[in-house]
Amino acid sequence: MRFLAIGLGTLVPIFILVLFLRARPILATNSISTLLFSTTWRPSQGSFGFLPFIMGTLSVTIVAMVIAVPLSLLTAIYLAEYIQPGVRAFVMPLIDLLAGIPSVVYGIWGVLTVVPFIQKVAMPFIDRWLGFTPLFQASNPTGYGVLAGGIVLAVMVFPIIIAVAEEVIRAVPMGLREASWSLGASRWQTSRRIVLRRAFPGVIAAVMLGFSRAFGETMAVLMVVGNIVQIPRSIFDAAYPLTALIANNYGEMMSIPLYDAALLGAALILLLVILTFNIGSRLVLARISYS
Amino acid sequence: MLTKRKFEEFFFQILMVISTIFVLGSLLLILGTVLWRGLPALNLAMLTQTPQGGYYLGKEGGILNAILGSLCLAGGATTVAVTLSLPIALYLRIYPVPHFTRDWIRLSLDILWGIPSIVYGAIGFTVMIFLGIRASLLGGIIVLSLLELPIMVRGMEEAINMVPKELLESSYALGATRFETAFKVVVRQTLPGLVTAILLAFGRGIGDAAAVLFTAGYTDNLPTSLLRPVASLPLAVFFQLGTPFPAVQDRAYAAALVLTVLVLGLSITSRLLSTRFIKNIIR
Repeated sequence: MRFLAIGLGTLVPIFILVLFLRARPILATNSISTLLFSTTWRPSQGSFGFLPFIMGTLSVTIVAMVIAVPLSLLTAIYLAEYIQPGVRAFVMPLIDLLAGIPSVVYGIWGVLTVVPFIQKVAMPFIDRWLGFTPLFQASNPTGYGVLAGGIVLAVMVFPIIIAVAEEVIRAVPMGLREASWSLGASRWQTSRRIVLRRAFPGVIAAVMLGFSRAFGETMAVLMVVGNIVQIPRSIFDAAYPLTALIANNYGEMMSIPLYDAALLGAALILLLVILTFNIGSRLVLARISYS
Repeated sequence: MLTKRKFEEFFFQILMVISTIFVLGSLLLILGTVLWRGLPALNLAMLTQTPQGGYYLGKEGGILNAILGSLCLAGGATTVAVTLSLPIALYLRIYPVPHFTRDWIRLSLDILWGIPSIVYGAIGFTVMIFLGIRASLLGGIIVLSLLELPIMVRGMEEAINMVPKELLESSYALGATRFETAFKVVVRQTLPGLVTAILLAFGRGIGDAAAVLFTAGYTDNLPTSLLRPVASLPLAVFFQLGTPFPAVQDRAYAAALVLTVLVLGLSITSRLLSTRFIKNIIR
């Protein structure tokens, strides 16, 4: 039993080592700055610039967080501070169900509902009012792009952020609220200035957990994001996240030299970013539970 | 008189209600979409036949290969994961573990939990190439069991943590060793919690596409051997949705519906279990 447990403890270092060893050939021929900041992606000619993919992942994740964070936090406050326990007992399991839906099903929903909605409704509308800024230009008529990926990801991270944030908000001592009410503060004032301030580290941890989930999500994003190697300029542009790069090219990665090293390098980047975010959010949550 | 304070309260309450409705609405919208496209595509042939003439092109047949394949993959992976994670969870909770080791394993579990499934797939594929295994049921089971391990250990640990200390002490007082206490007393006492953890992990395993994409492959045939490629429901959705033929796309919708029903069924069952199935428990 002890060996099993210790074996479990060595898995993460082993994973990092395996990916590093397999990605090393590409580090030997390309400098880290070329890999991270070059935009040229021509595997057959040996140039591997990850920038379009890194920007793809970042843009989709950021759009997702811009949508998900306010909605999830408002929902979490509502569930924790306003709603009656009976209704809450009914709503929380539903939000848990949302967490259990497989990512391909989110993908199907994205293809059948979100993409047509963007193409027919959201894009013409946003372009008409905000189209003068490059960020909102309707540059891509298909609807498959950063915004579609962001919306699908946002819905996928709702349950994560809501569950963690609701828990930390409910853990705020009742006395603080009562003191605030007795001073004449309204419910919302108490929620925002007292409860949220006290729960702030936990809320940040919840957002970071959501971020790392969105960052590593593959299938659902892959199905709606368009997969064109470019740095997206507008939220309607197609993008190509790191996860989609790995998933789309596994078949041919053996036929081109260094291609497998490049793809496993992409996996290493993902692993390291997620490692950082997970450890960060756990440290914050652990500190809260001690105090 | 509507003061600024009252207006603010009113405004944000409306915003919160809208957000909550939006979140719950998206759940309904997803389920609605899957039902709307999946139900018309679902019939007996869909559930009892394999695809005829290739999963990407052939218009006849069903998704039996994917249903059975997914059950084999997730069932195998869950079996492997249970045999590994039950001892680990019991060890962490019942045995005296040094502080550093316990903290380290906790942290490892948290990190493993967060690793994206595509990274599991990539690592699994690399190791399989190294060992000379091709995309197969075996490869898929290994990778999925790694993916399920942190979910299961954490769920089981939580369940075991609920066991009252007195129960352990009475067991020791009767002369039982830690091993006997762990496997004969604690396991029986926490059975509903353990089953909940297992079902959750099974649901996660059966729904995952990215991890099996490299490692299990895809085939039109029913699973027959551990060393052959095997189809799975998530990949059936993914591959068949991309074809230009509506009849083949129907198979993707049907697969998505079957998958959703399976996963949500598991999730609801595990929830009911954790509240109702408690007859073995000593209070």
